[in-house]
Amino acid sequence: MAQQTSQLHEELLWNLLQEIKDPEIPVISMVEMGMIHDVSAEDGVVTVDVLPTFVGCPALDIMRGAITEKLGSVTGVREVRVNFLFEPAWSSERISDEGRDKLRQFGIAPPPRQYKPGEPWQVDCPYCGSPCTTMENLFGPAACRSILYCKQCRNPFEALKPI
Amino acid sequence: MIDYSRVQSAQLAMQNAAYLLALKELLFQLADDDFILAYRGSEWLGLAPHIEEDVAFSSIAQDTMGHAVILYEMLEELGAGKADDLAQLRNPEDFRNAILVERRNGAGEYLENPHYDWAYAIARNYSYGLFKQIRLESLHNSSYLPLAQVSRKMLTELNYHLFHWQVWIRHLAESTEEARRRLEAALEKVWDDIGDLFSLGPLAAHMVNFGLIAGEELLLQRWKEKGKEVFHSIGLEWPGDPRVPQQNGRAGEHTDDLVQALATLSEVYRLDPTAKW
Ligand SMILES: [Zn+2]
Repeated sequence: MAQQTSQLHEELLWNLLQEIKDPEIPVISMVEMGMIHDVSAEDGVVTVDVLPTFVGCPALDIMRGAITEKLGSVTGVREVRVNFLFEPAWSSERISDEGRDKLRQFGIAPPPRQYKPGEPWQVDCPYCGSPCTTMENLFGPAACRSILYCKQCRNPFEALKPI
Repeated sequence: MIDYSRVQSAQLAMQNAAYLLALKELLFQLADDDFILAYRGSEWLGLAPHIEEDVAFSSIAQDTMGHAVILYEMLEELGAGKADDLAQLRNPEDFRNAILVERRNGAGEYLENPHYDWAYAIARNYSYGLFKQIRLESLHNSSYLPLAQVSRKMLTELNYHLFHWQVWIRHLAESTEEARRRLEAALEKVWDDIGDLFSLGPLAAHMVNFGLIAGEELLLQRWKEKGKEVFHSIGLEWPGDPRVPQQNGRAGEHTDDLVQALATLSEVYRLDPTAKW
């Protein structure tokens, strides 16, 4: 019986986590970003292991707050523990296909799959899909984003860096 | 019996006083380097040559500050005190950063007649970034596993910082004669200070014996190899061996520039360390 409760819990907890958006890109959830590594519940204590996208991400405290608030409101949960882990390290490979679509719809080009560190990567325009884009600024408003320009539809746009 | 070639947690590290001491000393070097350089970077806000660079530089400074935060938190876990207090309430002689990162950005004050030297910003950030890359690569094999783990993640980010500064170095070197002259002058100024960046301080031998990091000579050698390669590819003359400044930051000796930086950056925090922001 106890085990069943905890299983129910975990599914519910994942569903709730799906509702928590990335504080900097409000269309995509932390689950879709591949940031939630593990969720477990035992005796009313919920533990969430989160993989930060960037070590220096200033939004970590906001994420901790959002997770604690969301899961803390579930009946039977007396404590929420949020751990930030660097092993395994988050990589842009972890972003789900749904996540990639949502990023594009938001005007942010998703990072390429199977990126080899140090190599240049091609970025297609999230608006028109053209590969004719130029890197305007490797560092955008956040360290994880770059600013590019599409020569086809003449829109500036942002791209997530492959990591 | 604890295996000191693989220390998996703060609790285990704290069971050996000598290991703990060497580890904390190293973490202070890593954290203070990033913290102080990020502070100097934040003083460029609004002053960079163009708006795109302003955005890029502040992103990099913020990310570097984030690296410092994680390292201070690791120190907190090791019983060194609260992370915020470690950053804001220590005295200058408790800081272990290299002299290079504490130097002012140039003449004037941030709020009053800042006549900062852009070439110096490039030369300093690039030289430091190259060293940080080599140091992080060495930390991948650190006996303190939490540090080895975070160093891998940090390296993926640092590589982007370094790439950015390298583009600038090339840009200045291949631009007008004046730009190149200023870059060379800035590199000379960096070289005057950079010697103690490679120092591991008074506990160097312990750090190496405990497998926390590679030795000073090896770090310096790798830095020179990589640096020479890049300088050569850009057509810049290698400024020779790094020179050692009067003070050794790793031993807690600092210039008035650090005193000024700490007084400014912690002014608000010191008013009320318990305030929530
Ligand atoms: Zn387009």
